[in-house]
Amino acid sequence: MIDSAPLLSFYLHIPYCLRRCGYCDFNTYTPGELRTGSDLSEVSQGYIDLMIAEIDQSPAGIEIPTIFFGGGTPTLMEPEDLGRVLRHLEIRNGLTSDCEITIEANPDTVTAEKLERLRAIGINRISFGMQSATTHVLKTLDRTHNPENVLKATAGAVAAGFEQISVDLIYGAPGESVSDWTQTIETALALPITHISAYALIVEDGTKLGAQVKRGEIVMPDEDETADKYLLADSKFSEAGLNWYEISNWAKPGAECKHNVAYWEGKNWWGVGPGAHSHLDGRRWWNVKHPTAYRDRVAKGQSPLQGEEILTASEKESERVMLEIRMPAGIELSTLGSAAAARISNYLASGHINAQIWEQGRLSLTLSGRLIADRIVREILV
Amino acid sequence: MPAIELSKAPQPAATNPEQIRNFGIIAHIDHGKSTLADRMLGITGVVDQRNMRAQYLDRMDIERERGITIKSQAVRLPWRSGLDGQEYILNMIDTPGHVDFTYEVSRSLAACEGAVLLVDCAQGIEAQTLANLYLAMENNLTIIPVLNKIDLPAAQPEKFAEELANLIGCQPEDCLRVSGKTGMGVELLLDQIVRQIPPPVGDANAPARALIFDSVYDSYRGVVTYVRVVDGHLSTRDQIQMFSTGVRHEMLEVGVISPEPVVSKGLGVGEVGYVITGVKDVRQSRVGDTITTYHNPATKALAGYKDPKPMVFSGLYPLDGADYPLLREALDKLQLNDAALVYEPETSAALGFGFRCGFLGLLHMEIVRERLEREANLSLISTAPNVVYRVTNDDGKEMIVTNPSEYPDGKVASVFEPIIRATILAPSEFIGAIMELCQQRRGLLKGMDYLSEDRVEIRYTLPLAEIVFDFFDQLKSKTRGYASLDYEPIGEAEGDLVKVDILLQGETVDAFSAIVHRDKAYTYGVMMTSKLRELIPRQQFEIPIQAAIGSRIIARESIRAIRKDVLAKCYGGDISRKRKLLEKQKEGKKRMKMVGRVEVPQEAFIAALATGDDADKAKAKK
Repeated sequence: MIDSAPLLSFYLHIPYCLRRCGYCDFNTYTPGELRTGSDLSEVSQGYIDLMIAEIDQSPAGIEIPTIFFGGGTPTLMEPEDLGRVLRHLEIRNGLTSDCEITIEANPDTVTAEKLERLRAIGINRISFGMQSATTHVLKTLDRTHNPENVLKATAGAVAAGFEQISVDLIYGAPGESVSDWTQTIETALALPITHISAYALIVEDGTKLGAQVKRGEIVMPDEDETADKYLLADSKFSEAGLNWYEISNWAKPGAECKHNVAYWEGKNWWGVGPGAHSHLDGRRWWNVKHPTAYRDRVAKGQSPLQGEEILTASEKESERVMLEIRMPAGIELSTLGSAAAARISNYLASGHINAQIWEQGRLSLTLSGRLIADRIVREILV
Repeated sequence: MPAIELSKAPQPAATNPEQIRNFGIIAHIDHGKSTLADRMLGITGVVDQRNMRAQYLDRMDIERERGITIKSQAVRLPWRSGLDGQEYILNMIDTPGHVDFTYEVSRSLAACEGAVLLVDCAQGIEAQTLANLYLAMENNLTIIPVLNKIDLPAAQPEKFAEELANLIGCQPEDCLRVSGKTGMGVELLLDQIVRQIPPPVGDANAPARALIFDSVYDSYRGVVTYVRVVDGHLSTRDQIQMFSTGVRHEMLEVGVISPEPVVSKGLGVGEVGYVITGVKDVRQSRVGDTITTYHNPATKALAGYKDPKPMVFSGLYPLDGADYPLLREALDKLQLNDAALVYEPETSAALGFGFRCGFLGLLHMEIVRERLEREANLSLISTAPNVVYRVTNDDGKEMIVTNPSEYPDGKVASVFEPIIRATILAPSEFIGAIMELCQQRRGLLKGMDYLSEDRVEIRYTLPLAEIVFDFFDQLKSKTRGYASLDYEPIGEAEGDLVKVDILLQGETVDAFSAIVHRDKAYTYGVMMTSKLRELIPRQQFEIPIQAAIGSRIIARESIRAIRKDVLAKCYGGDISRKRKLLEKQKEGKKRMKMVGRVEVPQEAFIAALATGDDADKAKAKK
């Protein structure tokens, strides 16, 4: 994007969950895993102070276009505690007039009353972890919630005045049939939502699901079927007026998640909390992972940084290509060079690259091309 | 104590032939030859306890690890007979133990007057031992039958004494019983070697003639040539001449091995030792050739010289194309020590630059490959082994084909392929399984004999091509490891053979072409196409895999186009991770070979070309 005033987004990580889901490899801890002996509200209050302390290590005075509370389960925290962080950021940096403030929410742990309080502290976008509408898929994913809670939660969000409501879906779980997925899509589209993220399940090493797959107890579904589910989702979402703006994200016009778009466009953001990643002008760093180690550092006024990398020109280019290709605007061909363009031109004939947009000088993937984006990226970057 | 103090023993170049006994040991791989040899070194006092190590004579690591002896050596052992109290010199000439080295064995045996037939009395005689025994009997050697490992609980000396007696026409009680491990019976064996084996006979005044029975390259000394003097005398003052090449060499050093090299003034009639001439390449000092002196040359060479002839061919390619010069260097170096290895550069559209190599047989091929990988630290892809075909076109033109991709595309009038005579020894319960296997491999039964009540010798003629792939593995698995195999080439025969090509997206992959019998073309085609379907990852477009004879497609599979190759999530923290994954995938892409537009992983070539055994190893590695 062309010169505008410098901006800095914030990602605020809440590393707590009541329990851990079987597929999750995020940096999150249950009270049992923390073994502090104190209850969550006590942990929560102390944690908010730490976040504020880390925020004070960031550059002050740069306006904030987006804030994102992620987790973990941010809705485990008292809204007023989260509000303290927002006030601090507002005073210290200032928020843009259209600042997007998102929170991830567990449909099981929010009440109508809590949603109102979240809205009241200034949060204007809410994303529910719905995952699936079928009980057996939720069970495979080791999720606790009851599918009906999602309807209640989204209705409550509307009542509380949220205009931007998103649900996260997961497809391609073992045992999920195409009709299960159809049911999930239709259930989601019946909700009062403006945005959907739909992710093919990735089996990560070090998760319960990963171990089950490795032991052969669970068989992952055929990749082609998962591809079919993507096609199905895209068609149903488009029909309902939700357009793709990133490979796994669909939104009503204007309801795109500005915070995620900032990631994909290589903007600057500061990640606060254990294990959080940050990016500032070609430098990436990440914090120590464990909350205790994080507390020890930040409480002493030290940086919680665990590691960092300064991106080389070619690494920056790799990131740009792999991120831009995931969005409809795609990549400007002149930035790729003629050799790379020639290497991928055969994907025009196979229908993976949009020919019309190519003629206009941009590489944009078709529906089938989106499914093999990584392959095309590898061809470009040889 | 029958050992003689070394300084007082008869010295080289001054030993009466009457006092010399030259003998070899014929034994199967694990029947204890090296252990017995170790024991002999100890008992005769040439190696003291302190310096003793297991399998003393097996120099190369590869030999010690695989328990096989590739290169023979000759050790001079002084011995005072316990029977007559006289001093003797025993020259123990080690013989290579495998089928591929029959010619080398025959030359080693030609240097001896007698042989110890050593058989593990828990296992009985094996096919290769039998073949070498016949070789020794053809050379009129005196055979001393010896049952080894009599200390083992599973020993059955009576049974196998019977077997040996039947084979060599002696009495069961003539078989000596020893234990190389404990030393039991070994002194007696040395005494019997002196008593039974005749001393060498030769004309000390005739022009020198010495038989080369081994030739080894040493990086410090150049080629060390092992010889047995038949007539006359070799000394350091001589200039020597090779009969086969006529080339003259300075004699830099003469000596004997006892068991470390000991320089001597010369070697006389019947003596065994080594000569060093400064030659750098064993092909200039060939096994079987005759050495004479330049100034007083003999007129007639010793009988039996043959050029080694490669029987099995395979393409060797470096996994990393950049290693091609290293492979060339390694082959050049290996050839210094292996006169039987032949190779020439070859280019494969699929595998890049490599060499077509010719070997004496399967073991020779395996050894060469293993040495290249180990000593030069190379990773290699080898194409499926094939034999030499003599092909005549319809227009009467004849050509020799050592690489299936050179097989003529046009009309072929006739094809001749090498035939071998195979001898298989096994417990009689496996006769059915063995016959079935040989039948499947186009074998013709030539005879069967019982060696003892429950062991048989089965003789077949088979096309060599049928045993180069996985015959031995199959034989072992069908007989629970009990069968042993020996083979020798006996000529060629016309065969109904065709070339099967494998095509990826319409392009022939030269590395996968094979010449097979017409009846087996379909099986080969189906096997290769389905293997490749499993091994080649899905790509942008559908990839047809076909097997074809000429333009006729006989088998077909296809790899469907890939539909999903994208990571769903891309959160903030995932960006570095995703970039690193991408970099790793890019590395993987570099290891792909392009066949037309198709990317084929190197692993796919290795796995598709592997024989049953290798394929299992490859799987185990994963």
